Amino acid sequence: MLEVDSVNFSYQKEKVVKNISFRIDSGESCSIIGPSGCGKTTLLYLLAGLMPVKEGTIKINDNKLVGIRPKSGVILQNYGLFPWKNVYHNIELGLLARHTDRKMIEQKVKAVSSRLNIEDHLEKFPIELSGGQRQRVAIARTLVLSPDLLLMDEPFSALDTLTREEMQNLILRIHNRDNLSFVIVTHNIEEAVFLGQKIAIMKNGKFTHWLDNPYFGEPDLRNREEFFKISRQLRRLMAEDDLL
Amino acid sequence: MIKKFNTLWGVMIIFFSWLISHQLIGSNIIPAPHVVALNFINIFYPIILPHLFMSLLRILVAIIISLFLGVGLGLLIGMNNKLDLIISPVVYLLYPVPKIAFLPVFMLLFGLGNSSKIILITVIVVFQIIVTTRDSVKAISQEYFYSASSLGLSGIQIYQHLVFPAILPNILTALRITVGTSIAVLFYTENFAAKFGIGYFIMNSWSMVNYVEMFSGIVALSLLGLALFKLIDLLEDYFCYWVKAGNREGRPELR
Repeated sequence: MLEVDSVNFSYQKEKVVKNISFRIDSGESCSIIGPSGCGKTTLLYLLAGLMPVKEGTIKINDNKLVGIRPKSGVILQNYGLFPWKNVYHNIELGLLARHTDRKMIEQKVKAVSSRLNIEDHLEKFPIELSGGQRQRVAIARTLVLSPDLLLMDEPFSALDTLTREEMQNLILRIHNRDNLSFVIVTHNIEEAVFLGQKIAIMKNGKFTHWLDNPYFGEPDLRNREEFFKISRQLRRLMAEDDLL
Repeated sequence: MIKKFNTLWGVMIIFFSWLISHQLIGSNIIPAPHVVALNFINIFYPIILPHLFMSLLRILVAIIISLFLGVGLGLLIGMNNKLDLIISPVVYLLYPVPKIAFLPVFMLLFGLGNSSKIILITVIVVFQIIVTTRDSVKAISQEYFYSASSLGLSGIQIYQHLVFPAILPNILTALRITVGTSIAVLFYTENFAAKFGIGYFIMNSWSMVNYVEMFSGIVALSLLGLALFKLIDLLEDYFCYWVKAGNREGRPELR
């Protein structure tokens, strides 16, 4: 599905992504955890095609990534919703870009908004919504394009704990239902464990450790001892890297 | 209460301030407001309206030209750093030049009619719109551009769905400032080689020592400004509903 091979990236002369290689298969998920400024957002933007890959290669479904890929959905840290458009018009944006006809747009927007329980808010503007509702709109805007790969940049960092867990559960349900591959960048250990089948620790532009999470996707994982065990293991590895 | 009748409230404050000034000065240089009001009503249709219409035409044409030029150039230099480096120094050099002094030059180049007056208003107000547009474009968060690109929006669609809506509230604010400046410049231009226009009417009444008519002209000019401001408010209500939705979320009361 996604193959990243020896990718480097520099801002002017400062190297922020250093020799990153990894792969995830179709339907797999990957959490990338690290402190602010470690290069994880830049890496996600490279995977999304929002920044050009100058060194190394990224392949998705065996095709070399050059620019933005229509089947990759991106959810940004501050949702990226346009405040001047109501929920309906925010969700339809990607479909307009694909020149979908009006009737089809209406059907798709209604279907996705019903799926994400935001059908009562279609006329509202983002400023009139709670953080969780905004996040649902951001997810709806991406899902309406039927992506096969979801890339998320600290999507729940601005949410309170309860809403954050609710949104994590939502992402998991979407993953289970659509067999959607996703990469999530986070600085939250529990989130990395709950949403990551593979977990990478990133420091100073490099991956320092990889951790497999065989319990990913299991129901009620948060209440199970295995969840705490992997969280402790991740915490210990991060402490080894002087990140905690 | 004040919010609902804010224009009426403003009229009352000005009326009573004017009345007090009239009483204090005790001269017909500042006539009583009710006398001016009655005269304004009497002469509005036969005398003031043709002058007002001509002034409105000059202002509207100048503002429309300024908007096209200013927003166009502002978008161009706001979105393109290389062009910004080349064009902005020129804008900064020309912006502070007192262009009002060029009216005689414009009259020689473009004639004594409407063209020279419209061009003078345009060259004065266009800089406000260029600078506001450019700064507004530069202030758009990069995350919105990433968001638009990730959804697959094309260059034109990014202008249509992101850049233009994002800068519209600031353009309308610039337009409000532009209206005030335009009216001041209009008044000046209509003092030269004009037989129609509210500026001409005011100065002509003054030269005939008819202060009541002069003040009627000033009231007409003020109402012209008010009408234009209200029109901009309506445009804002319609096109920038989201700004008001945001304001409704509430701001803490200042103590």
